Amino acid sequence: MDWAAIRLSIELALATLAVLLPTALLVARWLAQTRLRGKPWIEGLLALPLVLPPTVIGYYLLVAMGGDSPLGRGFEALSGHTLAFSFTGLVVASVVFNIPFAVQPMQRAFEAIPQEIHEAARCCGLGARQALWRVELPLAWPGILSATVMTFAHTLGEFGVVLMVGGNIAGETRTVAISIYDRAQAFDHAAAGAMSLLLLAISLVTIAISYGLAERLMRRRRVA
Amino acid sequence: MSLTLALHHDGPPLDFVAEAPSGRITALVGPSGSGKTSILRAVAGLLRLKRSRIAFDGESWDDERTHRQTRERPIGLVPQGYALFPHMTVQGNVETALLHLAAPARRQRARECIALAHVAGLEQRRPNELSGGQKQRVALARAIARDPKVLLLDEPFSAVDRSTRKRLHVELHRLHAQLGNTILLVTHDLDEAAQLASQLLLVRHGRLLQAGPTAQVLTRPRCEEAARLLDIPNVFEARAQAARAGEAVQLQWGPHPLSAIAREPVAAGSLLRWAVLPTNVLLVRADKPRQHLENLVAATVDEVVELGAEALVWLRPDGVAHARLQMRLPARAVHRHAVRAGAQLTVSMRAGDLVPLERRGDRA
Repeated sequence: MDWAAIRLSIELALATLAVLLPTALLVARWLAQTRLRGKPWIEGLLALPLVLPPTVIGYYLLVAMGGDSPLGRGFEALSGHTLAFSFTGLVVASVVFNIPFAVQPMQRAFEAIPQEIHEAARCCGLGARQALWRVELPLAWPGILSATVMTFAHTLGEFGVVLMVGGNIAGETRTVAISIYDRAQAFDHAAAGAMSLLLLAISLVTIAISYGLAERLMRRRRVA
Repeated sequence: MSLTLALHHDGPPLDFVAEAPSGRITALVGPSGSGKTSILRAVAGLLRLKRSRIAFDGESWDDERTHRQTRERPIGLVPQGYALFPHMTVQGNVETALLHLAAPARRQRARECIALAHVAGLEQRRPNELSGGQKQRVALARAIARDPKVLLLDEPFSAVDRSTRKRLHVELHRLHAQLGNTILLVTHDLDEAAQLASQLLLVRHGRLLQAGPTAQVLTRPRCEEAARLLDIPNVFEARAQAARAGEAVQLQWGPHPLSAIAREPVAAGSLLRWAVLPTNVLLVRADKPRQHLENLVAATVDEVVELGAEALVWLRPDGVAHARLQMRLPARAVHRHAVRAGAQLTVSMRAGDLVPLERRGDRA
């Protein structure tokens, strides 16, 4: 069992959530309310990671983070090491490929709040921020929970993009998914099997808990 | 002292100018899709219009330069589906309208409003644990919490059963007597408007068809379109003699000479449309002297339909082709006077009950 890889995967998932969730929440809320003409294009762009092969996203991210790109050069000038093949680079990649997993459930949850509820909040004298905290977030909570779980589970399991952008550096970029591949290639089936089972268990438990919580919330809030 | 409205918009189409007196209940009545809810939403500031002037007691809420945000308008709204916050308790719903108060004052005021709306004891329930009538009362408690000058009610009684509706009507009257605020009530139900509102605004296609005291609008339609909306089936055409506004006008309806009070000047020989409420068509007993009765019309009974204690009787007036005059009688009168299909009888209509209709229907 590669405990360093497991720890790295969990750290990567938590870092991704810390960066992605607040941003995705605001984007999802904006998308749910905007009547902008180009909205389908924006939604399409954000959903691209769902349909593109991970190697394609990985390749573009690698190019964007490389020493020849402004992003790569800027990061190297600031930190003294390259963005590609680093933990920070992995976090950037992870944020990008998780965008649809975070945005879509939250957008659907915000969209499900009836217009009448928004209007009732305004008639109650609530400002935009008060309405967000007191009405919208509590009602969109199942979607936010679902986004959190999907992003966490997806980060733990992502293989292609991580391999392209991070390679396989022990303690730096070797996540549990890479480690499983590595162990299987080396015919270490005991380690590969144990880690696969662990990943399966974590994924199943988190998803089951989130579904259960979401259902309980929905049942409590359903208007008869 | 009133709520004055001048609303103009393309989608939904509105060309609406009206006034609702302060401190009274005014009903906005019209068929589905006539723009009633849009008018209410414009007053609440929830619908931005192409051009609008909204003022309450001289204070402008909307004009070329001003657009007061909804939360800055002294309004309370009970929308059609109540829109209670489903994740909050009854207490939480009402307190949400009182966030400008400190917590103890907020709790106290919420309790007062909950008691006023007759939902005390349900404070800790969530909306999905309430009946339709209870939800309506909670929505009302939330709407009055900020002590609004104008209370906007959008079909508030449409989702509750008949007995609950009656109780809620009484409660609304009591609440209005206590609070004395201006209420704008949207409804498509004429009976509800008659029971609740002292003023009535009749709306069609986003335009004001007729405005005035409820009893007057309901019994004296201004035009044919208003008569149709008010569910008055008796609209006919007669040849008129010249008359000035407010004076008696002589009409010739087939062989029957009729007399009515002209609403506007009438040219000699013009065709005038007129209406009469079925309840104002009076059966003349055969054994009674007739010389003092106005507008006598001999007719044959075409059809009688009894609806409980009431009967609808359709008559074919002698000598007027294709005319069917509807009359409403108590069912026992139908039996006592042998009013049945084929029977010959005479009816009378008071001159004041014959309502001459304007030709153009779109002017208020």
